[in-house]
Amino acid sequence: MRSTIVAQFQRVASEQNRKIAPLADDLALLDSGLDSLSFAIIVAELEDTLGIDPFDTTEMVDFPVTFGDFVRLYEKSMRAG
Amino acid sequence: MAGGKIPGASLFAKDRSVALSDLARVTFLDTSRETLQGQCILLATRDQLPSALALLELDGHARRIVVCPGDLPLQYLPEIVATAQVDAIAIDSGASVGPDTVSGVRTITVHEQPRALAQPGAEGARAIGAIETEWVLLTSGTTGAPKLVLHTLASLAGHIPAPAVASTPGDAPRTWSTFYDIRRYGGLQIFLRAVLGDSSLVLSDAHESTPDFLARAGQRGVTHISGTPSHWRKALMSGATGRISPVYVRLSGEIADQPVLDGLRSAFAQARIAHAFASTEAGVAFDIDDGRAGFPAGLLDQSPGGAQLKVEDGTLRIRGARNASRYLGAQSAALLSPDGYVDTGDMVELREGRYHFVGRKGGVINVGGLKVFPEEVEAVINAHPGVRMSLVKARKNPITGAVVVADVVLAGDGDSPAPDVMTRSIVESCRNVLAPHKVPAMIRYVASLEVSASGKLVRPGA
Repeated sequence: MRSTIVAQFQRVASEQNRKIAPLADDLALLDSGLDSLSFAIIVAELEDTLGIDPFDTTEMVDFPVTFGDFVRLYEKSMRAG
Repeated sequence: MAGGKIPGASLFAKDRSVALSDLARVTFLDTSRETLQGQCILLATRDQLPSALALLELDGHARRIVVCPGDLPLQYLPEIVATAQVDAIAIDSGASVGPDTVSGVRTITVHEQPRALAQPGAEGARAIGAIETEWVLLTSGTTGAPKLVLHTLASLAGHIPAPAVASTPGDAPRTWSTFYDIRRYGGLQIFLRAVLGDSSLVLSDAHESTPDFLARAGQRGVTHISGTPSHWRKALMSGATGRISPVYVRLSGEIADQPVLDGLRSAFAQARIAHAFASTEAGVAFDIDDGRAGFPAGLLDQSPGGAQLKVEDGTLRIRGARNASRYLGAQSAALLSPDGYVDTGDMVELREGRYHFVGRKGGVINVGGLKVFPEEVEAVINAHPGVRMSLVKARKNPITGAVVVADVVLAGDGDSPAPDVMTRSIVESCRNVLAPHKVPAMIRYVASLEVSASGKLVRPGA
């Protein structure tokens, strides 16, 4: 899961001509170098790859803040789904 | 400034601030307000504060003020100048809008430092009265060129209670802020609430990060703050919402879905959280603060704040004093239907006594509060030599509300390059001419696209 997400971040960053910071768990998403549009594309691509959109559920309480939060959100949704 | 109090209400930009009461005795313009009496002035400043000052100084003097957001592509200026019959363009000191693009129109500079008015106090901080100035706002059009929407201060601010009503003695002073550029409808609403209510306003800045903006708003003691659902999702993902403690949080400009409403509820437990429905053409129609997405069907019978609502052919229609008057320009379509309603183009669906927004008629795509007309993106894709035709549409997205995706039919004489090569090439050509939010996030190759009997592409929801 993590490697899929990392790959997607890197792919979209390169498509959008953006430089991203090393994807550590404590990296704040907004400091990653990506903008909202990039995140939007990542979430759409992940939905196609993994078949899940963890943002689109009533269980999601908090928006992810760090890269680690983001990965955990997908891991949790994958287990639930 | 931390902990310090500035007397009276002020406009706070990133690096400087201006007290509203100062405008009674000083001017920031290099041309006297009297000289501009009855003229049409276009505001093309880079930053928001100079435009805000020019608006306050010129309302009541100018015949018409055209308000351009900071990211307006300069290529559209000559057409706007001609359509709105602009006499002068207001710019920042040190800025230039490009003399070639607007030949024959003089410029007014909005200085950073004010100079004393010849007759202090004679004009008042807000020179309302002499002339009912027309306020022209820009909104995106099908071809990419903006449409000019004609309002007056009355239609823009009709629903904002006068200060005497808005605040009773003993009320805590309000400090407004907004993620929006105040030169867009959603931001202008907040600007007007602040200045008409004699409250301070913390302006956003295009070059400031979300956490820095929230920290600055927090230091100024922001109590009322607005943004699009996309702005707010970004704020929630910044982890910096703790830097403000507002009593009122407002969403507008896009569909507010349940996750963003829940996220805000959890981040701002003490605040009233309201999602408003408004558009540049229709004006503010209503706001909802029950914490749930959509709006109660009963609202249609209530004429909230005097706006009449109806749903016809699946879209929400609004009639009332907050509607804009018309589009400027001889070629323009009618803004109001024959029955006097503005068709918002927003499609709604009734589910269990509540209307939910489901998208835009004609496929107009809203990416993070910015409109994208499929036709303008299709025109670019179709110009690619390897493409026969394309259909651009919205794909729902939890971060920006929607992203742009395209179905493409290749010119296909059998020797098209590999799909990923083709995609890179199409995206590249889109990037060259379109704003980033208009560039397709995904491209799918299809054998054919459905065309109706009248020869038009069949669009979802059209």
